[in-house]
Amino acid sequence: MSIYLNKDSKIIVQGITGGMGAKHTALMLDSGATIVGGVNSRKAGTTVTHKDHDGNDVELPVFGTVAEAMKETGANVSVLFVPPAFTKDAAIEAIDAEMPLIVVITEGVPVQDTAEVWSYLQGKSTRMIGPNCPGIITPGESLAGITPHTIAGKGPVGLVSKSGTLTYQMMYELRDFGFSTAIGIGGDPIVGTTHIDALQAFEEDPETKVIVMIGEIGGDAEERAADYIKANITKPVVGYVAGFTAPEGKTMGHAGAIVSGSAGTAQAKKDALEAVGVKVGKTPSETAALARELLQAL
Amino acid sequence: MDLMEYQAKELFAKHGVATTLGTVVETAEDARAAAEQIGGVTVIKAQVKAGGRGKAGGVKLAKTADEAFEHASNILGMEIKGLTVNRVLVTPATPPEEEYYFSFLLDRSNRQYLCIASVEGGVEIEEVAKTNPDAVKKIGIDPGKGVDAAKAREIATEAKFPEPVFEQAVKMIEDLYKVFVEEDATLVEVNPLARLAGDKLEALDGKVSLDDNASEVRHPDHAAFEIREEADPLEAKAKDLGLNYVKLDGQVGIIGNGAGLVMSTLDVVAYAGENHGGVKPANFLDIGGGANAQVMANGLDVILNDEQVKSVFVNVFGGITACDEVANGIKGALELLGDKATKPLVVRLDGNNVEQGRAILNELNHPLVTQVDTMDGAADKAAELANA
Repeated sequence: MSIYLNKDSKIIVQGITGGMGAKHTALMLDSGATIVGGVNSRKAGTTVTHKDHDGNDVELPVFGTVAEAMKETGANVSVLFVPPAFTKDAAIEAIDAEMPLIVVITEGVPVQDTAEVWSYLQGKSTRMIGPNCPGIITPGESLAGITPHTIAGKGPVGLVSKSGTLTYQMMYELRDFGFSTAIGIGGDPIVGTTHIDALQAFEEDPETKVIVMIGEIGGDAEERAADYIKANITKPVVGYVAGFTAPEGKTMGHAGAIVSGSAGTAQAKKDALEAVGVKVGKTPSETAALARELLQAL
Repeated sequence: MDLMEYQAKELFAKHGVATTLGTVVETAEDARAAAEQIGGVTVIKAQVKAGGRGKAGGVKLAKTADEAFEHASNILGMEIKGLTVNRVLVTPATPPEEEYYFSFLLDRSNRQYLCIASVEGGVEIEEVAKTNPDAVKKIGIDPGKGVDAAKAREIATEAKFPEPVFEQAVKMIEDLYKVFVEEDATLVEVNPLARLAGDKLEALDGKVSLDDNASEVRHPDHAAFEIREEADPLEAKAKDLGLNYVKLDGQVGIIGNGAGLVMSTLDVVAYAGENHGGVKPANFLDIGGGANAQVMANGLDVILNDEQVKSVFVNVFGGITACDEVANGIKGALELLGDKATKPLVVRLDGNNVEQGRAILNELNHPLVTQVDTMDGAADKAAELANA
């Protein structure tokens, strides 16, 4: 079991012919994920060829629209490597086609575009992960995004993180245990899937035994997650928050990671999580050690 | 990007929001000339990106042009919340009969926009919010629907704008929403929104924050708002090189990949510093995914030019970028920098192709480079070297 993504996931790539799209289509195929095609309206009817995990050539059809791609391939996941100026339209196209899961990797999307997409999504069947995220990996089953599939294998840890490289770092730290699913939700001020969504899904996933949650400064997602954990989560949760030394009012790369006033500081988030019984590490390695203790006690 | 008051007012005027632009000057002499031209009583206002300018003595009334000169001489060069005042805005003094508060902002918690309005208080809004929260109206805006004339009327009604200025308020709300969406702002604030003599509604002060992503994608004109002289010289250099760099006040230079990992690196270095004379991280620098030699050299070049820096910690997790590429980047950077590289480098590589990466640096055997296998251990080493 896993969350959101499994061996039956059939993935298309919006922007499959671009530089990032092509590179990561190849890497996703190499991970063993089932990629069934791509979308680019200007190159409809052509194909692209990449190698699969066994080194065999896979010829992937390029469709003009997401709806067509779904009809022809039965795709149920779309990964977006579309430039930021066109991300909103690409996401809306996928939502209109009733794509069950869209994973928006693109960095630099105007936040009002994301706000509009989120508004558009209400009452519809699509789940959005991202934007500005590494995507989601269910080791040994599927990969929708850019997380290196070689870091860790399958196991009992469910990981949810705002940050890409911290996701990788934590997977590396706990590679001897492995992961049910690791999901990078993205560091933008508005994202489609939150810590709370992932916590709920991990709670319901029988394979996940311990949940590791990585947050960073900005917003109140971690504080809200703490409230949610108190009311709804029975599985042990270990937390980490980055940005204790970030100065007030300065953006640290992620558009969402900005501290203004007291709310949103790393300390406030750590306190909120600890108040509901989440063990919070000071560093990634200490966090991994806390998770390790819980895993060994299983 | 946060805008200064005069820049915010330019955007207000562009979208039809009633405001008085005034004249921006950089010398006291020009302030006198501006006051003379405006005539009558003027206000001299410090232009810095910080709140509380009035309380800091950065806003003064001038009855005459000579007084304008005098106030401007005092205000120019003044520090407000650590920011030096390099320019003042000279506007006609228009004493408000009543002060209101109005803003549109991004409400990230609820993933929508929010309008905050109050007719009970302008500049003291935070106090009003505490003592009389019912007087501060918060109205959610669906980004898919926006604010049309009907919604603007609904907001003005809920906020209880008084009858004599009600229609002006409706129009201003619509126009401020245009500023918010058409300029891709994350905050548009009017404080105070003033009711002047003759029941004229006007934005007396304004604050606008623009979304950098949107400015990059579709507002090339926003680049003109960037005031380069105020940026730290190292930050300016980094920006020219396309690096995501923030200068901090510390001794350990930091280079890493990915915003979250770099933020985490700063924390780990600060903890390690507690055992080494209290040294702190000197900067945030995220070199992103493509850590090639040129990017690494550019990053090192900026950091090594920071006089406060005593050691540098390069912390890279090879995800998509393989560690051997990063190691070659460091090697190439050291070659490019030559004698300019003078400070010890602690390198921690992990992840994709880590063995090859470490081997490249071992073979390089550069006197300035120390490799440590773990993030915590490397942070400790870098802090120790910075304290030496």
